[in-house]
This record gives sequence, structure tokens and C-alpha cells, in this order.
Amino acid sequence: MAVIIKIMDKEDISRVITRMAHEIIEKNKKAEDIVIVGVRTRGVQLAERLLSKLSAITKREIPFGILDITFYRDDLDRIDEQPVVHSTEINDDLTDKVVILVDDVIYSGRTVRAALNALMDFGRPKKIELAVLIDRGHRELPVKADYVGKNVPTAKDEKITLYLEETDKVEDKVTLERRDE
Amino acid sequence: MNKFVWKRKDLLGLEELTADEIIHILDTSKSFYEISTRAIKKVPVLRGKTVVNLFFEPSTRTKTSFELAEKRMSADIINVSTSGSSLTKGETLIDTVKNLAAYKIDILVMRHSVPGSAHMLSKILEASVVNAGDGAHEHPTQGLLDIFTIRQKKGRIENLKVAIVGDILHSRVARSNIWGLTKLGAEVILVGPTTLVPKHFESMGAKISHNFDDIIGDMDVINMLRIQKERQKKNLFPSLREYSDLYGLDERRVKKIKKDAIIMHPGPINRGVEMSASVADGPFSVILDQVTNGLAVRMAVFFLVTGGRKGKGIM
Repeated sequence: MAVIIKIMDKEDISRVITRMAHEIIEKNKKAEDIVIVGVRTRGVQLAERLLSKLSAITKREIPFGILDITFYRDDLDRIDEQPVVHSTEINDDLTDKVVILVDDVIYSGRTVRAALNALMDFGRPKKIELAVLIDRGHRELPVKADYVGKNVPTAKDEKITLYLEETDKVEDKVTLERRDE
Repeated sequence: MNKFVWKRKDLLGLEELTADEIIHILDTSKSFYEISTRAIKKVPVLRGKTVVNLFFEPSTRTKTSFELAEKRMSADIINVSTSGSSLTKGETLIDTVKNLAAYKIDILVMRHSVPGSAHMLSKILEASVVNAGDGAHEHPTQGLLDIFTIRQKKGRIENLKVAIVGDILHSRVARSNIWGLTKLGAEVILVGPTTLVPKHFESMGAKISHNFDDIIGDMDVINMLRIQKERQKKNLFPSLREYSDLYGLDERRVKKIKKDAIIMHPGPINRGVEMSASVADGPFSVILDQVTNGLAVRMAVFFLVTGGRKGKGIM
């Protein structure tokens, strides 16, 4: 039997995104060169929310992009089925921009590595920063998030899932699933 | 997106594919289309993989398209064409291919004049085989890029009326199109003289017309095939001029087509025979879109056939 624990609710998620938006602006002064890029699939909705917060605070339109990292994965040879690829939608040249890469959970760090390689094919950004809602540890590569919503220490066999209203039709929440001994 | 999972190691023809499989290739192609619009038109999907392009028949555009698709996916490429190959020294196809496979290649792209040759090789090779045309049998990537273009322009395939005009009898492009389009619910009408459009094509689920003017006003898509001038020598039609008069697409005939119809051609065009120059370059023509789309479709095919198999190499 598995036990499912809710570790963040709707208000927690909203508060954390607001805080991250303020941190991004604080660190990047006027946030003029910022481009927000969400990693498919869950990073996209989070990036959209972060974007609307940032736009509300700065009262400016901030460029937005969507990144599909499938082509850059390092495990295409090892998985049994080819993953479904979605399109990448980055319309701006990223050269000299500050890219805020957004994903839901950081775990092994391999997704971030793939995303970094992918981003480099769109120009030479001035800087890339990483924003994640959850950092669950267990990194396999030397990468670190610049903005973290919540640190959640986990065991490797536990599962973290983010539910968002727009895609899952349930109230926003983050759950942790663990095997009951 | 669909939850469909691709299982095949080869792409041999559209006859054996299900509608779901065809749609999956088309959806995947959409994602690859974007790569060619980037400043850096290269992704590392086939990094470290070896692709052999083995062409036993002359080809410029198909070969170029395959080669560019391979390069944009970072594959290592070897091109083998008949003139320089040991087949002219009497080696059999199987020996040639086994020798290539001994280098542990990952994908073999082959064009050959014998129908079924790609199917045969797919059974003995562990590498993926992509059929780039086998005789008059199939040319699956051309069929797929045609269907992709129709879907891109018309938004759907179901219930569209698609005319394929010309030398259906000798055309692998026609066969792949008929299989694919009928599976996705289009109505396919084959148009040409009885010598080039024999009645037995009805068994593939297509309709037949010998009078282009009768049906032209009703078509959503008109796909014009190339007329090979050599065919006339075999008395399949009296003269190129008569063929052009009855089945060619010129300004006069284009006036009869639907306002939102599209005109296609797999190339190379015999301007003035099956299609006038002004029609080929005219507002209904999507011929160059077909070329652009071919690249995306071929990239998607490579991505899918190389997926998820461990321990590839030779037989």
C-alpha cells in the first residue's frame, strides 16, 4: 500500500510563486532582459504563473518560451519506448538575455542538463537561472537551482507529483507518495 | 497528445501501418518542423549513430532530403550509390548490405528497383531499414509528406476528395498515397488513361476516373504525378501533347478547381507536360511546402524507428 501525503496546497503554491517572482526581480534589478522559459510539460504551467506575477509586479510584458527537451535527453538509447515529442516554442533570439528556466521538480539534474544544451541552440544567453517549485535532492549532476519554492527531502523510491488545476482538473497541490512499510 | 506508442524498427510502406501509426508520425513530424526554423538547425538526437544511404536508382531530391534530415539530427552518414558500388562487379544485394551492416550501422535508407527489397532486408538486418522507394511498390516517406502537407493546409484528411493524376500504374508515390489517405478516411480518385490507371486499383479502395474535367471541380486536393517520357515509347499514350491536353493541369483547367483546393506534385516536374509553369508557380501550388515538410517527416521517421531498442548492430 502506498501512502499519499499532501505537502503543499493551493495557497502554499501561490505564495511560493509570488515569493520567487520577487526574488527574481530583486536579483535581476529591473528585469529588463528577462525571458521566462518553461520546460515541458509541468514547467510550462508554472512558468506561465510566474510570468503573470512578474508582469503584474513590473507592469511590463516579459517574453515567454516553451522548451521540449526530448531531443537532448541522454537516455533515448536506454528507454523502451520513444517518448512523444512536443514542439519547442522559442521565438526570440536568446543572445544577451537572462533566461529564467522554470521546471516543477529538480531531482537527478539530467532534465536541466538537457535543457541547458537545448537553450544554447537558441543563442548565447547572458545568464541562465533555474527556478523550481520543488527540490527533492538526489542530484546526479553538478547543477543547482537559483530559486527554490520548497526543499523536500525524499527517499529515491518516493514520488513527488504536482497537480495543477488547468491540466489536472483538481485543486493545485503537491503530493508525496511513499510505500507503507 | 495521444498515448500511442511506436513499436516498429523499420519504415517499409504505408500498407502495413495503422491509421494511428500514420497519425503518430504526422504529429511527431510537427515537432521536427520547428528545428529547421532555428538559427542553429541541428539537434543531437542521432548523435553517434551511423546512417547508410544506399541508392540503386538515381535520386536528387529524396536523397538530399534524407541526407539533410540525417545531418540536422547529428548522424554520421555514408552515401553509397550504384555507379561506384561493387554491385557493378557482380555482388548480390544481400552481400553488399551484410558488408555494410558489419560496420554496425544503425539505419539503412534504401532505394531499389525491386519491389519488396526493403522488406527483405529488414528481416535480416538488426539495423532499422527506411524504404526510400522500392520499384513501383511504395515510397512511404513521400506518401507521408504528402499527407502531412494536406493536413497542414486543410486541417484534416477525413472526407477530403483527393485526385491523383497521371501514371498510377508505375507510381510508388501513388500507391503509398492511396494506402495512407484511404486509411485516414479520404476519398481518393485516380485519374488518367486506362493504360496508366487500370481497373484493379479499385481493390485498394480508390475510385477511378478517365475524365479529368468531370471530377476536377469537386476536388480538395489535386496531386499531379510526373509523366515519364519513356512511357510514351511503350505506347501507353499516343503523344505527350495528347496526354497533356487530356490530363495536364494548365491555366484553362485550373479555372475549374475549388477556390480552396491545393495542387501538389512530388517532383521533378515536367513543365508543360503534366503541369504548366504558371500552375506550378501559381497560388494553388504547395509544391515547395512539400519539400520543406519532407525534411520534417524524414526526421520524425528516423526518431521513431531508432527508438527504444537495445543492443543494435548487425544481424
